[in-house]
Amino acid sequence: MLDVFTNVFTPSNVKFMAKGMALTLTLSVSIVFFSIIFGTILALLRTYEKRFFGKLAGFYIEIFRNTPLLLWVLVCCFMIPYGTIVIRGGLALTLYTSAVLAEIVRGGLNSVADGQFEAAKSQGFTLIQTLMYIVLPQCFRSIIPSLLSQIITTVKDTSFLQVVAIPEYTRSGFVVMGRYTNTVEVFMIFTVLAAGYFVICFSLSCVVRSYQKRTEIVR
Amino acid sequence: MKSTNPFALWRWEKLLGEWQMFGEGFLRTIEVAALALILALVLGIIFGVISTSNNKIMRGISRVYVEFFQNTPLVIQIFFMYNGLAIAGLRLSVFTIGVLGVGIYHGAYVSEVVKTGITSIPVGQVEAAKSQGFTYIQYMRYIILPQTIKIILPPLTNQAVNLIKNTSVLAMISGFDLMYVADSWASYSLDYGPAYVLAGLLYFSLCFPLATWARKYEERLKLNDIARMPFDPSEEAVTC
Repeated sequence: MLDVFTNVFTPSNVKFMAKGMALTLTLSVSIVFFSIIFGTILALLRTYEKRFFGKLAGFYIEIFRNTPLLLWVLVCCFMIPYGTIVIRGGLALTLYTSAVLAEIVRGGLNSVADGQFEAAKSQGFTLIQTLMYIVLPQCFRSIIPSLLSQIITTVKDTSFLQVVAIPEYTRSGFVVMGRYTNTVEVFMIFTVLAAGYFVICFSLSCVVRSYQKRTEIVR
Repeated sequence: MKSTNPFALWRWEKLLGEWQMFGEGFLRTIEVAALALILALVLGIIFGVISTSNNKIMRGISRVYVEFFQNTPLVIQIFFMYNGLAIAGLRLSVFTIGVLGVGIYHGAYVSEVVKTGITSIPVGQVEAAKSQGFTYIQYMRYIILPQTIKIILPPLTNQAVNLIKNTSVLAMISGFDLMYVADSWASYSLDYGPAYVLAGLLYFSLCFPLATWARKYEERLKLNDIARMPFDPSEEAVTC
């Protein structure tokens, strides 16, 4: 068993997979960051702008929410002539995740009482100020649990990028796996792959649960 | 001279000549999705019910299942069945892998939905059922689960939409589903535009009605609950 272990976890393999993990984390963080911004804009448009741009945002959200992520990964990676493959793959995930986040944010916006707008207006807040200081903070507070579980999904979704040979964690694991044919060795690599994602996602889901418990007591 | 536009008309004509291939892929996707959905519902109800039981071991089993499958990517689970099990000597067809992989993965999500539904039913219902001599299976089957359906139907439908979308991972192991057909047609004929648009439209035609129905149903449910609130006690008194 031990020699199998040393056989699989050679310094070069470990280094290679660590690099993959670093790329997965970088991708996840930047995708989540841009998706929250873009998703919030989409949600604001869909909730408060009932004319052209609101309709456009609704159209965008419905298109991306009802088609598979893999389709967008392929479209962005094969049909966009600009940027590196990593940027194009990240773009695909950002476009898709924004649509999902927009619906979550919209749920939060609906929970903010209408009176808040009138109150802010009476105090001389402009629209942007009302959104920034009054509406969005309340909205995000109420959606933190679903936001975090979507972040978990996004971390898992980065594994879809392996299909276009972006060397993130899953891909790097599969590349290493290609050199082994022994059952134990292959299973060991699968275990390490699953464990890598599990540690990230499980710790995030623990945060979700402890937050939910805390807010439950407050109510 | 043919136009080099990725969406040129002649590319669409070529694609429509191959509509049967896309039809077969679409059917395959529907078959896998339907069977996986049944598996996910069965697993979800079993583990969802178990997770609310008083037995610590049972709850532990359910917890391990949910946490493991929710916190690891579907891609790795599918490839484990495809490569890992094959190396260990267990060769499954890609169709079986699709149904099992997607079904088990979404079973974990359905289980969480079912659990939320059960915990939202007042404890008094269980106590009342027990006082009338219902066994555990009986009160779950006749009293608790029927009441949860109304609450869990919208999130369950959203899970069904996600399940349909996730069947597309089969394309990675050449599962002959819609995504695989579109992708292989695109890379074979270089008509990326039409192939992806058609695949997107077909997926959309499956998911959009479901997602919209779920949203409308949820909105109506909320309105009904608000409208009915003041009359609730009297209504209960009548039915008792």
